Amino acid sequence: MTLILNEEQELLRDSAKSFVDDQWQLNQLRANRASPKSGTIDTGLWQQMVELGWAAIPFPEEFGGLGLGYAELGIVMEEAGRKLLISPLLSSVVLSGSAIELAGNNDQKTEHLPKICDGSGLYAMAYQETSRHEPENVHAALTKSDGGYQLSGHKQLVINGGSANHLVVVCRSSGDAGDRDGLSLVLVNSSAAGVSIANNLLLDSTPSANITFTDVPISPEDILGEIGNAADVLDEVYARAAIALSADMLGGIQSAFEMTLEYLKVREQFGAKIGTFQGLKHRAGRWFCEVELSRAIVLKALRSIDSGSSNLARVSNACKARCTATYQLSGKEGIQMHGGIGVTDEHDIGLYFKRARVTEILLGDTSFHTDQVLRTSQVAY
Amino acid sequence: MSDLNTFRQETRAWLNENCPASCQGDDNILPDILWGGRRQKIDEPDVQLWMDRLVAQGWTIPGWPKEYGGGGLSDDESKVLAEEMSAIGTHSPLYSFGISMLGPALLEYATEEQKREHLPRIASGEIRWCQGYSEPGSGSDLASLQCKAVKDGDDYVVTGQKVWTSTADVSDWIFCLVRTDSDAPKHEGISFLLIDMESEGVSARPIVLLSGASPFCETFFDGVRVPIANRVHEENKGWSVAKALLLHERTMLAGGPGRASTGDQKRTLLQVARDSMNAPTGPLPDKAVRAEIAQTEMDQMCYAATLQKVQDAAKAGKGMGPEGSMFKLYLSELGQRSADLRQRLNGADGLIWDGDEFHPEAKESTREWLYSRASTILGGTSEIQLNIITKRVLGLPE
Repeated sequence: MTLILNEEQELLRDSAKSFVDDQWQLNQLRANRASPKSGTIDTGLWQQMVELGWAAIPFPEEFGGLGLGYAELGIVMEEAGRKLLISPLLSSVVLSGSAIELAGNNDQKTEHLPKICDGSGLYAMAYQETSRHEPENVHAALTKSDGGYQLSGHKQLVINGGSANHLVVVCRSSGDAGDRDGLSLVLVNSSAAGVSIANNLLLDSTPSANITFTDVPISPEDILGEIGNAADVLDEVYARAAIALSADMLGGIQSAFEMTLEYLKVREQFGAKIGTFQGLKHRAGRWFCEVELSRAIVLKALRSIDSGSSNLARVSNACKARCTATYQLSGKEGIQMHGGIGVTDEHDIGLYFKRARVTEILLGDTSFHTDQVLRTSQVAY
Repeated sequence: MSDLNTFRQETRAWLNENCPASCQGDDNILPDILWGGRRQKIDEPDVQLWMDRLVAQGWTIPGWPKEYGGGGLSDDESKVLAEEMSAIGTHSPLYSFGISMLGPALLEYATEEQKREHLPRIASGEIRWCQGYSEPGSGSDLASLQCKAVKDGDDYVVTGQKVWTSTADVSDWIFCLVRTDSDAPKHEGISFLLIDMESEGVSARPIVLLSGASPFCETFFDGVRVPIANRVHEENKGWSVAKALLLHERTMLAGGPGRASTGDQKRTLLQVARDSMNAPTGPLPDKAVRAEIAQTEMDQMCYAATLQKVQDAAKAGKGMGPEGSMFKLYLSELGQRSADLRQRLNGADGLIWDGDEFHPEAKESTREWLYSRASTILGGTSEIQLNIITKRVLGLPE
């Protein structure tokens, strides 16, 4: 495992960068607020990304994938993150795709993974029920009914939930909220009877949904993996997602940093460039260190997925915690160093500040990951 | 690649034949580091034998050219040698400022004659070097240094004082920055001299630190005669040599390739906390401390990844990226945070300077904590590192 990009990866970065630059404007985020379809995804843009193969990157070729890894997917997510591009990469490819790939049987993978890869299906994962990311705090109930099962419960913060035609739902087939035993994964068609979707626009213009399931019939073929035994798969899915999200965050972190650095070099006050003032300069230097540490841990974490590292959980904790902290720093310092213009909606730096908070809450904030890293320490505490 | 395999076989055979059994394995008798120098005494005959054979082979510094006492090995061959040594649990214990700092600078700037005189004696461990940079009035503003060297015949006459000269009291030679032109702009009147510590008029005195240790000295030069032939690079161009050398120093201080980076304490931070809170199992009762330990663990993971990234880039021939300049800054501060936490977790035991009854590790951790305050000052303060990063890497205006 080496922490540098090879030639193919550099080429992928270049092509991702030029696609994002050509096809996506930050202004889209502002426009989305006023759009009546703001709670859903721009499928035209997504189809273009699919045609570039991005949705197929991490999946085996037998299921329509490119047989590459997260090292490659991370590059695309980082470039998308630079411009705060809104897409189903996290929800459909990483979260839902990983759940199906890791828990599904051959029939399920054959049916669903090609749809993720070719964009004919849009998937979202419904896991969170409370205001915080608490993977085992699941109430949504999977109960037996005539000839099968039924699902009832309420989910929130389902990213792209309103656009998805398939939902991967974390539910409980036995035990109590907080137990690892009894967690199950099911596939639900979003147009099925008993599925009620409320669309929300998040503060960074990400489409999200709250979804209520009322006695939704679930056939045994739609249960992913062994019933009641999904906890280990979920650990891996969340670890992958936290790392892939960190790659997206790294992109935003760099943009906010570069934008501010440029401003320090041109803005003048007291007859001097403000970048000459040590009060700002040294803070920029420390900020740079945080960016570099974030970059290294993201590279390391992405490769830890690909190498099947036994240390994945801990690396994902360190990665998400670090990127969360650095994105927060980037948003706050970015605004502060821009001064007045930084707090206006007109300037882009504030968009990064907003995105930093959304990505912080998604998949666990710093205190969540700090807590986890000690639980998964060699001697848990 | 097959050449490398041949080299591996030959190396294995050589080690097999030449490394004494007592110098191999987990319980080998080798010290971690031998600093070398005229005052060094090696009591164990096997260690002396191993050193003599390594020196003869040039493998105390395998990457240096053979004519200067090195092994003339490529990077790949050096790596194979390190792997083969590691496989039988042995190492080359010689390590010094001569190896890590002066040697690379001499290779870049010294005359052929100077290289032939000094490099082999660094490689053999015969001469131990110390560094004469800072002065009482020139700390962060190093280039303002005043220690004066005036030409007189074939010599310079050196007068002045150096401070923070690590191990000057046990070293044989000192590499020194001296002022050779007082009228020129400060960076352009400095020369780089090699001075024998046994010269008439040189004296050194240890400085006691907060921790009670005294790795540093102050060194005085009172009309010391130094041959002009001992000047490295041109007169008044010593700052270039100094800068190159500072880079090597910072790489070393940042735990450069292969060297331990964050210390190997006996107890983990968690264990110290458990002992001091009398909480042998289960979650730590103090949630804030728990979070601090976790933060330190995660910071170390991030630092290790950053270091690995640079090393991987170096191996791929891509050179050190901009992250190189942050190592000294970040590692010293991380080490400081973790030493501070460890000492604090020792609680009452950590307050004891000396006595009959306290945890044996507490004393050491208290001294390390006190010493750690020096790490963000020596080799360029954190603030100086930030100046370098913002100027050289970020290109911020001055």
